[in-house]
Amino acid sequence: MAFSLMAALGIGILAWALAALGLEMFVGFILPLTAFLVFLGGMIWRVTTWARVPVPFSIATTAGQQKSLPWIKPSHIDSPSTKIGVAARMGLEVLLFRSLFRNTAAQTINDEGGPKLVYWSSKWLWVFSLLFHYCFLMVFIRHFRFFLEPVPFFITWAEDLDGLMQIGVPRLYMSGAILLVAALFLLLRRLRDPKLRYISLPADYFPLFLVIGVALSGIMMRYWFKTDIASVKELIMGLVTLSPSIPEGVRGSVGGMFYTHIALVSALLIYLPFSKLAHSAGLLFSPTRNMPTNTREVRHVNPWNPPKKYRTYAEYEDDFRDAMAEAGLPLEKEPAPGLHEETAQ
Amino acid sequence: MYNARYIIPGIILFVVIFTVPFWINICTPEYSRPELVLPAEKDCIEPVEYMRAEHMRILNEWRDAALRDGKRVYIATDGRQWDINLQNTCMSCHTDKVAFCDTCHDTNSVTPYCWDCHIEPQTAPAAGGAKQ
Ligand code: HEC
Ligand code: HEC
Ligand code: HEC
Repeated sequence: MAFSLMAALGIGILAWALAALGLEMFVGFILPLTAFLVFLGGMIWRVTTWARVPVPFSIATTAGQQKSLPWIKPSHIDSPSTKIGVAARMGLEVLLFRSLFRNTAAQTINDEGGPKLVYWSSKWLWVFSLLFHYCFLMVFIRHFRFFLEPVPFFITWAEDLDGLMQIGVPRLYMSGAILLVAALFLLLRRLRDPKLRYISLPADYFPLFLVIGVALSGIMMRYWFKTDIASVKELIMGLVTLSPSIPEGVRGSVGGMFYTHIALVSALLIYLPFSKLAHSAGLLFSPTRNMPTNTREVRHVNPWNPPKKYRTYAEYEDDFRDAMAEAGLPLEKEPAPGLHEETAQ
Repeated sequence: MYNARYIIPGIILFVVIFTVPFWINICTPEYSRPELVLPAEKDCIEPVEYMRAEHMRILNEWRDAALRDGKRVYIATDGRQWDINLQNTCMSCHTDKVAFCDTCHDTNSVTPYCWDCHIEPQTAPAAGGAKQ
């Protein structure tokens, strides 16, 4: 954990220092563009690697009755047998994290009979994950004010909704604050529970520290160490038109917090395809979620099986029909009539 | 590759969505920082770099100072004194709200709700302290 923390902090401080030393062009232009290309390329690589892996068995997990006899009521979403059902299950998984909703926690409680193991439904992880992801989405959408000119109406809507409470000036955007709180919950969850802490690796902490760093530096920039937003827009519009410029308002250490933010976001983009964060695409590739539960209707053939050499019963009968007829064995297809009469006589 | 007929369109969609800002901006006229109509006076109440980044903080502090502490005079860092007043101080110099505040706010998608109550200067600075 300490290592991940140092890594995330290091990236942020290094970016500030580089900008202060006059390397704004590197931190503000070359780094984010490279990060973006690595992200795009990395995601394509990741997805095509997954797409080349065969699925040997039909391993759809079921959480409901499979479609079978007409008088048994099937569960259309939890055990879908049609493509529409699979799409519904996947859609709800993506939008509402349905399988996380079933999360349980194990706990030992002491009653008169001594310690007892109980499992109970635990929704905290689900609630905070949902908050985390939706607030992240909101923050992501809001940032498009820097990338587009004129700013489309729905971004203004998102901002008005997000700043609905009109707390302070500039208005507090709720999504930013909730994002930070939810990310801190996800971090504390790992630290608080000894079992979870034991199985947590640097790869679990690092993305959390990156996200917390991104959120913190963004919030700092909006409410405390203010940055000249008009200059930031100029810089970013230069970035997306590939005509680099470092406006005066974000030169050197004045824009320190901005470069810290950019560097952390770039690190997140570079890291994303090669880490657990690729679950964003991986979810769609989960056989347990994307396969229909139609094992009784459709035979799933393992695609890596070598082609089989086999002989059907019909072919066997063709070869031995006359002899079988002579022996009086039952046949699927009777021998040609002429032949049959001959043998019968 | 398995399921290529789902995955290839998926990848294309992903790349298109994420590169949209590049395509849109390369196809539209180049962006330049909006030209603001500046007042005839030489200086703002604080240095201009500070104003660009922090003017909303000043307004917030002014509001609290005036309405919570009853303090209606602001002493700037260079020692000049200003009446704490959004309409009659800021807007007496920045008379053209549309060509100044709004030009910059629109391109950065900022929509202050202050003008729901405070009165926007018309063409000339509004006389008196009419509020609400
Ligand atoms: C150089 C560009 C620029 C000019 C000129 C400008 N502003 Fe702003 N203003 C901004 C930016 C950018 C923000 C939003 C900061 C952020 O999003 O963190 C802002 C935010 C604000 C806010 C807070 C909005 C909120 O969301 O709560 C107020 C109030 C405000 N400005 C008032 C004014 C007034 C009044 C004027 C004219 C006298 C003015 N501004 C001129 C750039 C400008
Ligand atoms: C004495 C007249 C005067 C008053 C009062 C005044 N300003 Fe200014 N303001 C100016 C001038 C002049 C400039 C341009 C300074 C420059 O470019 O060097 C300016 C610049 C600015 C800028 C930066 C614009 C840019 O170039 O990007 C902002 C933002 C701003 N003022 C907001 C405000 C706000 C908010 C108030 C009220 C709290 C206010 N001003 C009060 C005269 C004034
Ligand atoms: C609900 C209506 C309303 C809204 C919205 C509003 N104000 Fe005010 N504001 C008032 C009233 C009423 C006063 C009191 C006037 C007085 O007593 O001088 C006031 C006073 C102020 C003052 C102090 C003195 C003065 O006359 O200017 C400032 C500064 C101020 N408001 C800034 C803001 C800013 C900045 C915003 C937007 C972020 C804002 N206000 C939004 C109603 C409002």
